[in-house]
Amino acid sequence: MTRALSLALLAVLALAACQRESRSFVPPTKSVTPPPVRLSAIQPGAIATDTSIEQKYEDNAYALSEGKKLFGWYNCSGCHAQGGGDKGPALMDNVWIYGSKPAQIYATIAEGRPNGMPSFGGHIPDNEIWELVAYVRSLSGLTSNNASPNRSDSMHVKKPESNTEEQKPVVAAPSGASERP
Amino acid sequence: MIGALHDVRMPGGAQAEAIVTLWHWLLPICAVVFAALMVALVIALKRAPRADESTAPDVSPLTAREPQVARVVWAAVVVSTVLLLVLLAVSVFTDRALARLPLTNAVQIELTGYQWWWEARYDDSDPSRIFTTANELHVPVGRPVIVSLAGADVIHSFWVPSLAGKKDLIPGRETTVSFRADRPGIYRGQCAEYCGYQHAHMMFYVIADKPDDYERWAARQREPARAPVTAQETRGRDLFVAKSCAMCHAIGGTAAEARHAPDLTHVASRMTLAAGTLQNTTGARAAWILDPQQFKPGAAMPPQNLSADELSAINAYLGSLS
Repeated sequence: MTRALSLALLAVLALAACQRESRSFVPPTKSVTPPPVRLSAIQPGAIATDTSIEQKYEDNAYALSEGKKLFGWYNCSGCHAQGGGDKGPALMDNVWIYGSKPAQIYATIAEGRPNGMPSFGGHIPDNEIWELVAYVRSLSGLTSNNASPNRSDSMHVKKPESNTEEQKPVVAAPSGASERP
Repeated sequence: MIGALHDVRMPGGAQAEAIVTLWHWLLPICAVVFAALMVALVIALKRAPRADESTAPDVSPLTAREPQVARVVWAAVVVSTVLLLVLLAVSVFTDRALARLPLTNAVQIELTGYQWWWEARYDDSDPSRIFTTANELHVPVGRPVIVSLAGADVIHSFWVPSLAGKKDLIPGRETTVSFRADRPGIYRGQCAEYCGYQHAHMMFYVIADKPDDYERWAARQREPARAPVTAQETRGRDLFVAKSCAMCHAIGGTAAEARHAPDLTHVASRMTLAAGTLQNTTGARAAWILDPQQFKPGAAMPPQNLSADELSAINAYLGSLS
């Protein structure tokens, strides 16, 4: 009896492990407004952080792989070259000019940045921007290895994102800024 | 949903006729073999020895063989060999018939399978005559068609039961299938290799036109999109290229040039939307633009945040693109 019970319990546990993620094809009907981007770490009162939106995308393998697909579709590679960097800065290293937090990357994609980053807000649905944010973070190992993509549809040009070690973000001035007169 | 032919037993061309001939040989032979096997099984079960305590032990010497067994086994071996050889011969002749389609003056189409739709590029030696369409092939009756097949993401399979197939579309590898439609009509095709969540919603239509009609259709497809006429259509075009539509779709002659989704240059000339999922009517188009995931969950098209008059402007523009 005890044995049967413990077996049943184990089976239930095994079933519970199946629930790695759920795919949500239908984004929230209202557009997902990003949390306000904080430009300073100093603030009055307690620190208010709501990471529920970004977490929903970063912990979800489907959202991350959709982000990977869209990274190619929307020609991010045209400047960022698969994350290695070309005209645009590298995304697979630890250097972040405009911040590595999801809300900051969201702002970078939606609003654009000086010196070349176009603004995609209004051209890409919000949920797709969040998928791109999650994927961009996975390029330097900032998302969970359990959810990050481990294969490409085309030939691999770099280590899979799921096999990328976490690169501790540092904030840096845009490259070449010091050389300007 | 559309009166289209989708039946292996009703061939619309030479290739499908060869395949249905093979079917007419295979079906009766296999049916007879199956019936004979079942009869043999029942006889064997009836004759099986059943012993209980009162049965006398079988003490016959091992050397004594059961009569007739050798004869039955030999007969079965000979009959199966002959039948298998017949099937082999018929399938070899079918393959020969399929391979011997005369291919002079063929229409060349490059068909690419995506999750979950089909892109067709009509090739031509003159680059200005090449054009791209989606989910609907027009072919001239009586002229051979060579379709080169490629998969963009996963393996799909080309199958038009009344014309040709199946042949897989494999990523990184080009295969070809050729066929000829001999009777005008609308033939339904279907992806025949499980390719993901919306595999069942990956249909296409092959429309066999009389040669004149085909040439007229092809000439129209080569032209850029019709310029908007009304103010609403103009607004629809401007919205299309300024909103997220242009991130994936192309409309010839406008700033929308992306190639990740079906080419919409002549979308109003097609019968269905989303690879056969919906009829191409004004209402269905509006519903599809607003909430595609309701009809085809998982498809790449995202739901759109559009106001009612933005939606009707875009819809009116798309409806004018015949």
